[in-house]
Amino acid sequence: MNTIGDKLANHKMEIFIGNLLRAGVIISASVVFFGGIIYIFRHGFALANYRVFQRVPVDLCSVSGIMKSVFFFRGRGFIQLGLLLLIATPIARVAFSIFAFARQRDTLYVIITLIVLIVLIYSLLSR
Amino acid sequence: MSILIFTILIWFGSIIAGFLGSLTGLGGGIVIIPLLTIVFGVDIRYAIGASLVSVIATSSGAAAAYVKEGFSNIRIGMFLEIATTVGALAGAFLALRLATPVIAVIFGFVLMHSAFVSSRPRDESLCSSKPGRLATILKMNNVYPTAQGLKSYNVCSIPLGFGFMFVAGIVSGLLGIGSGAIKVLAMDQAMRLPFKVSTATSNFMIGVTAAASAGIYLNKGYIDPGLTMPVMLGVLLGSSIGARQLFEAKTQKLRTVFSVVIFVLAIEMLYSGFKGGILK
Repeated sequence: MNTIGDKLANHKMEIFIGNLLRAGVIISASVVFFGGIIYIFRHGFALANYRVFQRVPVDLCSVSGIMKSVFFFRGRGFIQLGLLLLIATPIARVAFSIFAFARQRDTLYVIITLIVLIVLIYSLLSR
Repeated sequence: MSILIFTILIWFGSIIAGFLGSLTGLGGGIVIIPLLTIVFGVDIRYAIGASLVSVIATSSGAAAAYVKEGFSNIRIGMFLEIATTVGALAGAFLALRLATPVIAVIFGFVLMHSAFVSSRPRDESLCSSKPGRLATILKMNNVYPTAQGLKSYNVCSIPLGFGFMFVAGIVSGLLGIGSGAIKVLAMDQAMRLPFKVSTATSNFMIGVTAAASAGIYLNKGYIDPGLTMPVMLGVLLGSSIGARQLFEAKTQKLRTVFSVVIFVLAIEMLYSGFKGGILK
């Protein structure tokens, strides 16, 4: 795995993953911004209250609830969708790294990366 | 305050926090949480949720630039992410159980540590011993580009670094920050990596670590869309401006000023935490 060709392929993969991350951030920021505009238009003159902690409504906390809010074109639904895309971005990076290590036939690192991926998915789906 | 005005103010504050965070390399979270809680009176749990999301944004946004330079060591990063992601899960579950004044006090101490670390010059002492068995098995020894061409480096004390990273993960999950200061410390002091490698690898890890606890925070209703929207957009904008300035600005002076600011914020957080219930 130490040949120049492998190193080059490795670096190409890294650059691809780097660009993937940047694209993920740009897309998610755009969705958040879009949702923010809707939210401000509808609720801009209501009072802001973050002094007292109340959990965010349940339909903005889960993947299925967020999808439903987006379907009803709610601004906050779009914001949460953007944030969900953002959280998914590093997870996608880890997932892609598994392919990169598999292509280099690096079983040890395929396993290491799988462990990280499982922890991440557990966090996102835990109730 | 109306939501419109509140959103605009938070957005401006977050731009400044992101700018300072990227200029000094400490990350936006370390400024944004005291800003939200002390200046805007936001409950620390909302602040943690919003900060965590912006940490993912800045780390992922900067990754492309770091990767192109060829400093980040993907294998070291991925191996240590086992420690940071498991730590982040533990930290997030801990945050659900701790009273908010306790979280504020812990935040105050972590802030002080960051102020201390950033005020001192980093001292580069590379791992000079022969490649160890563990580092060889894990294929961590690598090369990095310098002015004199590619230079190779070894990795020291991997178990110690792994332990530090577990702590960094807990802190990140508990407080909603990237805890880059602890990550860099683990890689500089324990594993003795070249600066540029540890900085780039730390950035690589911060987004993945934050994503591990962000899922929990989202599910538990800590990530409020109305608050997180201006914070994330502001920090992202501020940090990309900061990254561009990095090559020109006199960072050392700014670093000192920033340390003082962080120290004052730390005192405030400790005070509000103790007043808020620990002493009662």
